Amino acid sequence: MSVDTATVAKIASLARIKVSEQELEAMVPELNGILAWVEQLGEVDVTGVEPMTAVIPNTLRLRDDVIDADALTGGNRREAVLANAPAAEHGFFGVPKVIE
Amino acid sequence: MTEITDLGVAAIRDGVAAGQFSAAEVAEAFNANVAAAQGALNAFIVATPQKALEAAKTVDDARAKGEALGPMAGVPIGMKDLFATDGVQTSAASHMLEGFVPRYESTVSRKLWEAGAGMLGKLNLDQFAMGSSNESSHFGAVVSPWRRPGSNAPLTAGGSSGGSSAAIAARLAPAATGTDTGGSIRQPAAYTGTTGIKPTYGRCSRWGVVAYASSLDQAGAMARDVTDCAIMLESMAGFDPKDATSLDMPVPNWTASLSGDLRGKKVGIPREYRVEGMAPEIEAMWEQGIAWARDAGAEVVEVSLPHTQYALAAYYIIAPAEASSNLARYDGVRYGLRDLPDGAGLQDMYAATRAAGFGAEVKRRILIGTYVLSAGFYDAYYTKAQKVRTLISQDFATAFEEVDVLLTPTAPTAAFALGENQDDPVAMYLNDVFTVPASLAGLPAMSVPAGLDAQGLPLGLQIIGRPLDEQGVLNAGLAIESQAQFGTRPERWW
Repeated sequence: MSVDTATVAKIASLARIKVSEQELEAMVPELNGILAWVEQLGEVDVTGVEPMTAVIPNTLRLRDDVIDADALTGGNRREAVLANAPAAEHGFFGVPKVIE
Repeated sequence: MTEITDLGVAAIRDGVAAGQFSAAEVAEAFNANVAAAQGALNAFIVATPQKALEAAKTVDDARAKGEALGPMAGVPIGMKDLFATDGVQTSAASHMLEGFVPRYESTVSRKLWEAGAGMLGKLNLDQFAMGSSNESSHFGAVVSPWRRPGSNAPLTAGGSSGGSSAAIAARLAPAATGTDTGGSIRQPAAYTGTTGIKPTYGRCSRWGVVAYASSLDQAGAMARDVTDCAIMLESMAGFDPKDATSLDMPVPNWTASLSGDLRGKKVGIPREYRVEGMAPEIEAMWEQGIAWARDAGAEVVEVSLPHTQYALAAYYIIAPAEASSNLARYDGVRYGLRDLPDGAGLQDMYAATRAAGFGAEVKRRILIGTYVLSAGFYDAYYTKAQKVRTLISQDFATAFEEVDVLLTPTAPTAAFALGENQDDPVAMYLNDVFTVPASLAGLPAMSVPAGLDAQGLPLGLQIIGRPLDEQGVLNAGLAIESQAQFGTRPERWW
């Protein structure tokens, strides 16, 4: 499978990355080079093979149902959470107006 | 007298404990080397000499009071700038996170500080750990302390942990953290004549490590020899309830059980790693390694890993897919860069921020990942790759029914010059051909320096072990190390 300019523009839009016409032109052959190369997986017979989900057998744990058991990842850390926000306002993350 | 900066982890720790020198003297010596090399090697993004001195003072004070010292006490280390460090910029070598100062400490770095280590600074890397040469760093490529004889052409220190490998090789740090997603510890170690181990997936917590491909990302230790790697890895590893994939099992005392005696062990040589066009010097080094394994008492047998040739293609579907999902968090809202063009709405802000904050290789991988996960292509690419990954993992399991460890070259070539592989992304990806399969299977693997090529550049051998058998990997590494006697270091030009 290969991609054209319109497809790459659509992917970039899905990935929320703005690309110029010029960048788009450069990306098409690069992405096609990579996609052509991974095509080789088509040769592998995977009949009856389960897709990998965990490389090392492990089970998901449940934590104890205790609020703020871990001081760091619990609540009441608003100031620290907002410390790196580009536009924190009134104790919230600020974003441009959203009007649909 | 040996200079302090020529000493490794064990020698520094023991010297500090014995009072041969103070931890402060050690920190000052390495701080000076870091500062002197920064212009030429660009190994650090941020140097933190005060942090190193503060940690050293804590150790010196504890020793003066007769308190017990930790296993890394007095050892200053470099921290790959992918680990969140409280109060110190954590950039992932990206413009997106330039200026991001975490308010928390990653589990791995916290454990190292608790073991008595100090921080010399945050080490350069490929942007978001995506790359094999360090050239994708927003802060410029790391330059290897190694050079070809008679040439000033800057060489790569490997990637993505290139700052770590360069710093260790140039004696700017006795050890450093690395992370390995497809070879990012082992390949830079091989390129710089240093040693690095990636443990079994889940041994080291991923909490506080900037995510690239979560099912593959694993932190590990880099140092100048196998013993130092074992000491450091013991301090880094361990169960962490904050990482859902952390393994809830005790960390063995690898250091105490280190032995280069391979009698009774079987070393497997995977025939599919003899790839077409392999440099004769790499092949010769491999043969030498096989002879060393025999000399250490091992029985050497050929094994087959039939799906090896498909590992890279599977990796370059799975890793970008996970990256496209992980990097969706960079939205210009909560942390990191925000680019808000005049009159832009929320969607425009996302797109502008991500266009400005990500470098070319990161964008490339996000786009590939978005494509292979998109409706209509998911099964053909992503599910298929995960099935191939199962087959690769089964190949290893079958081989490990017969052998204890596998021995292969670490990389298909010695270090290349900066700029040499820039035009073709696929050519760059081929650097990972020997390291990616073990990553896909979550296996412990390490690179040890084995010798020099005709140009005088280091070559590494890779040892891959069974799940959770870091001990077997370290022991085989020690056997190779003690016979290779790799004492060569780059001649100082910086």
